[in-house]
Amino acid sequence: MTAPSGAPAPTEPDLLYSEPEEDLRAAVRSLLADRGGPAAVLADLESGRAYDTGLWRQLAADMGTAGLLVPEKLGGQGASAREAAVVLEELGRAVAPVPYLTSAVLAVTALLGCETDRPEVAAPLAALAEGRSVGVLAVPLPTAPGTLPEPAVRADADGTLSGEVTGVADAAAADVLLVPADGPYGYALYAVDATADGVRVEPGVPLDLTRVPARITLDRAAGRLLAGQDTARAAVTGALLTGAGLLASEQLGIAEWCLAATVRHTAQRTQFGRPVGSFQALKHRMAALWLDVASARAAARNAADALATGSPDAPVAVAVAQAYCAPVAVRAAEECIQLHGGIGMTWEHPAHLFLKRAKADETALGTPGRHRAALAELVDIPAP
Amino acid sequence: MAEQTTEAGRLTADELRTRTADLLASHPPADTAPLDFLRARFDAGLAWVHFPRGLGGLEAPRALQAVVDAELEAAGAPDNDPRRIGIGLGMAAPTILRFGTDEQKQRFLRPLWTGEEVWCQLFSEPGAGSDLAALATRAVRDEDGTGWVVDGQKVWTSSAHLARWAILIARTDPELPKHRGITYFVCDMTDPGVEVRPLRQITGEAEFNEVFLTGVRIPDAHRLGEAGEGWKVAQTTLMNERVAIGGSRQPREGGMIGVAARAWRERPEARTHDLHQRLLRHWVDAEVARLTGERLRQQLAKGHPGPEGSGMKLAFARLAQQISGWEVEFLGEDGLAYDDWTLRRPEGVDFTGRQAGYRYLRAKGNSIEGGTSEVLLNIVAERVLGLPPEPRTDKDVAWKDLPR
Repeated sequence: MTAPSGAPAPTEPDLLYSEPEEDLRAAVRSLLADRGGPAAVLADLESGRAYDTGLWRQLAADMGTAGLLVPEKLGGQGASAREAAVVLEELGRAVAPVPYLTSAVLAVTALLGCETDRPEVAAPLAALAEGRSVGVLAVPLPTAPGTLPEPAVRADADGTLSGEVTGVADAAAADVLLVPADGPYGYALYAVDATADGVRVEPGVPLDLTRVPARITLDRAAGRLLAGQDTARAAVTGALLTGAGLLASEQLGIAEWCLAATVRHTAQRTQFGRPVGSFQALKHRMAALWLDVASARAAARNAADALATGSPDAPVAVAVAQAYCAPVAVRAAEECIQLHGGIGMTWEHPAHLFLKRAKADETALGTPGRHRAALAELVDIPAP
Repeated sequence: MAEQTTEAGRLTADELRTRTADLLASHPPADTAPLDFLRARFDAGLAWVHFPRGLGGLEAPRALQAVVDAELEAAGAPDNDPRRIGIGLGMAAPTILRFGTDEQKQRFLRPLWTGEEVWCQLFSEPGAGSDLAALATRAVRDEDGTGWVVDGQKVWTSSAHLARWAILIARTDPELPKHRGITYFVCDMTDPGVEVRPLRQITGEAEFNEVFLTGVRIPDAHRLGEAGEGWKVAQTTLMNERVAIGGSRQPREGGMIGVAARAWRERPEARTHDLHQRLLRHWVDAEVARLTGERLRQQLAKGHPGPEGSGMKLAFARLAQQISGWEVEFLGEDGLAYDDWTLRRPEGVDFTGRQAGYRYLRAKGNSIEGGTSEVLLNIVAERVLGLPPEPRTDKDVAWKDLPR
């Protein structure tokens, strides 16, 4: 798709939040607050719990947010990317260690891209939508939309899969793995039970403690064919596009928390006989960040709306949102550490959780540079 | 857009279309002198439909102006050349409407809107830029107490050489702290004590003027608001200025980024990897600024103005400067040329006009005019984020005792 020069965006996006979306936000925020917020996340991590399974059950199953993207007749809530984006904003604000992006967005969207009237597809989709199980799309977290790598997994004629995929986020929390593989059907997507024989999932020591990538090794593991060829490619590509677009809302939430925490801290921290937030050298940095966060909100809403409405502009909207929001989240987290001074550098203060998440999110689903490279094609600003 | 309004008594789009058709029938644009048409349009309440009846409006929802404008444009009706009278329309008119007496509204608004009378703004001074409230132009009561005599110097006054009237703020009580001793006036630019000199800018042209005021007489009937309340009145003017600078709606690749993107497409031989990377960053930033402005407009349309407006001008200035600088570099040898250094006196300003060198130089003003970026950052930090202000030494001291 090429936008001619000066062309307006095809449809007028709705960049605001509806009342039901605000209600959903309030419910998710209240649940996350009850669980104790970022301080509790830190305590959990130290006790060796990588995933908050209690929170996930309440969020995914009880509140039904895992099924927002899934039509009601397939076991979901029949909402859209706009609502899922609101959930991700709140999860970003809380650095919540739950597999929402990976299971409720990436895995769910990949399954929705397959033929959903087939039971092999419908059954895991309903289980994910109802929060009964967790799924992950077995691609490395840095994979960008539009740069589909050749699968590292081989499917044999007997239906078993062998190979190794690295950097699969939240794989250790997954019940079902959606694995792209090459085999008798060419490029194809398979479902593999995480507990099946021949499946090994090994989490590494991650930079971002709240979203852990793992190595998946398959050795003649039993797989169920979900889709083949073009359908499979489109399903995976669509999942990556939706994931990247909605990741922008998580990044917005991260940036919002960092700015709010920084403003709160500098308004009360006193040095030289004044609140440090009264010095222009500091307040200008926070004001500039506020403008960037306000802009990130517009970019993230635009991407969510384009995905929700199936707009032909979605690839542009997603690339713009990722290219813009990823660096804003990183800078917000870096400013948060710096403007907190010494306390920001301590393990005790939760700022580092946001920095680590923001920095990992910058690489996830395509770096800003990859998204800009995609834009060069999409909007006709060709490379030399 | 709302085609109908639910509020009782307010006009709908259809009713406005009917009135517009009536105007076109009684004053066919092809057979009517442009000024006569504009006067008739004002008298029909179709000038600015949200204004009061009798003052060019019909108390209709502001959003319905677009309905009238579209009908008139389709019929080939003349417009009032808004670019030429931007200060009157954008700053003087809202202030007169809010603070003017009935006589002032009747006298000033119609010729202001039709463009018969151009307005300018006498606010900034050589010693009062960001700290506008420190202004030193004095207005003192005249001998018989019916008016004022003004002495001082103003600067950065666009259209002063064309203007019939000016909005002016001057110090009327130097014994009070600076914000409290200011009064707001309408100044007659034909007064013999008014001298206008072109102020040449780094672009070579003189878009602005210096204005010297020597014994200028202003009748008390031309005071806007109470004596000593001028700072409050001026806030209305300044808010409208910032909205005007940062606020126009843009399509994708509107404004400076469109100029740069077209240059890139037209000159494959000038492309380098470094310029490509930077252009893509600018493209993303410009698109996101456009979306942020669009989101702000959607909030306004719902009746919930967001604070983003304070930041839009900051983003606009930064982008204009970065992109115009990029373009000069991209153009290579052509970027070394300049179209014309003669002292021109343009009637308006087009930030994307002329050629790359002009755009680059003119953009430098974007972060200064209408509130410097540094002052706007203070406003965002203190009013939006609620951060504590810097300690002030000038708030409770009589203006005459402040260091200058």
